[in-house]
Amino acid sequence: MPHAGPRAEPLLELRDVSKYYGDLAALEGVVFKVRPGESVLVFGPNGAGKTTLMRTLASLVRPSAGQVWFGGREIHTVSATAKAAIGFLSHATFLYPDLTARENLAFTGKLFGLAQLDRKVDAALERFGVADRASTPVRELSRGLQQRVALARTLLHDPQFLLLDEPFTGLDTRSSATLQRFLAGLAAAGKALVFSTHDFAQGALLAGRLVALARGAVQYDGPMASAPLARLGIGGHA
Amino acid sequence: MHSLTVIWAVFAKDLRVEWRNRETVALMIVFGWLVIFLFNFTLEPAGEESLRVLPVLLWVTFAFVGILGFNRSFAAERENSGLEGMALAPADAGAIYLGKVLANLLFLGVAEVAVVFAASVWYNFSFLPSLPWFATIVFLGTLGYVAVGTIFGAIAANTRMREVMLPVLQFPVSVPIFIGAVEATTGAMRGLAPVEFQQGIRLLLAFDAVFLILSYLLFEYVMEG
Repeated sequence: MPHAGPRAEPLLELRDVSKYYGDLAALEGVVFKVRPGESVLVFGPNGAGKTTLMRTLASLVRPSAGQVWFGGREIHTVSATAKAAIGFLSHATFLYPDLTARENLAFTGKLFGLAQLDRKVDAALERFGVADRASTPVRELSRGLQQRVALARTLLHDPQFLLLDEPFTGLDTRSSATLQRFLAGLAAAGKALVFSTHDFAQGALLAGRLVALARGAVQYDGPMASAPLARLGIGGHA
Repeated sequence: MHSLTVIWAVFAKDLRVEWRNRETVALMIVFGWLVIFLFNFTLEPAGEESLRVLPVLLWVTFAFVGILGFNRSFAAERENSGLEGMALAPADAGAIYLGKVLANLLFLGVAEVAVVFAASVWYNFSFLPSLPWFATIVFLGTLGYVAVGTIFGAIAANTRMREVMLPVLQFPVSVPIFIGAVEATTGAMRGLAPVEFQQGIRLLLAFDAVFLILSYLLFEYVMEG
């Protein structure tokens, strides 16, 4: 997998970020950098802080302590630039069930101020194999098809930086393999890819780097190939 | 220019969602009719009593119907975290707020027309002689109420007891609207010269301006949850 050299400028980073919900520390002193072309698997048990980390990177969560930086500046000072460069796929699909797949993408495109929107919507629907269901209200689509529309929505504005929280959820084996190849292609094309999955083996195939989280703290951050899986307690998954 | 596109996109999206499920406005109208009918049934005002009671009943009904609408408006956003989805875009949060305000204004406006029509029949009162001023006052009062309801609806959407939380937040802040709106509506319905109820209209104008501007500026923080 591509792994950018040490001289590449960090694109998106968490600087000693903590996030508390009451007394619960969802993130605790997390330092994290990701560069263009990197493919990073964020792995950990339930409640480890994976989703909070993704949401913090996407600016949906304001840290209790620490800062999020984008392109060498505090992210809130370059909010519009950062948002245009980031695509976030969440557990929630961000789709309106009463709108069709096409209408959902068109709405997103308008919020992003995309030019040639119809062409981009058609291409996104085609790319994720939902063009034939483009006029179906999202509510009537299966979970797997909704996930594909959500992926199309995430990639519609051609973000440089992809945050994918459990992207394989709801996909059948074939769609899952297709998505894996697609994401590998995006990483090879220089996109930064940060994703989580409960299936470590599947994630390990795609990622060049592993970030292991436990109780909101980073247990390991380094190359996938040299990750001490047994010490991290994920050996059985590999 | 992009902000205008965003306002229109959010407004059109809410209209399309409502057109597809046809739930919110219909529910608001039926609820409004029920409230007006119950008041009529219990109070049975007539003649001069109607002129004294009707403005209050109308605004109480608009308030209840509005709460219902604001809750429904953000129920659609809650279902798949639509508000967060919008927050991910490099769009002006204030423009998103204004798009929601326009949609809520239209929905509540349609329900209010139906409620006023029903009130006219059940209370045997003609609004036609005072219609221009009456409509202006209802518009200004509704605009202020929607300005508050839209931002508090978004805040309440992130809470667990959202259906209860919204009126608890909304009603106290909306008191100046009801004071100004009831005073001005009473004056207009009595056929007084506008100078007699301009104080109420001024209050509504001031409230509308303050809350629209404040909410426009603060909506970004509300979207952060």
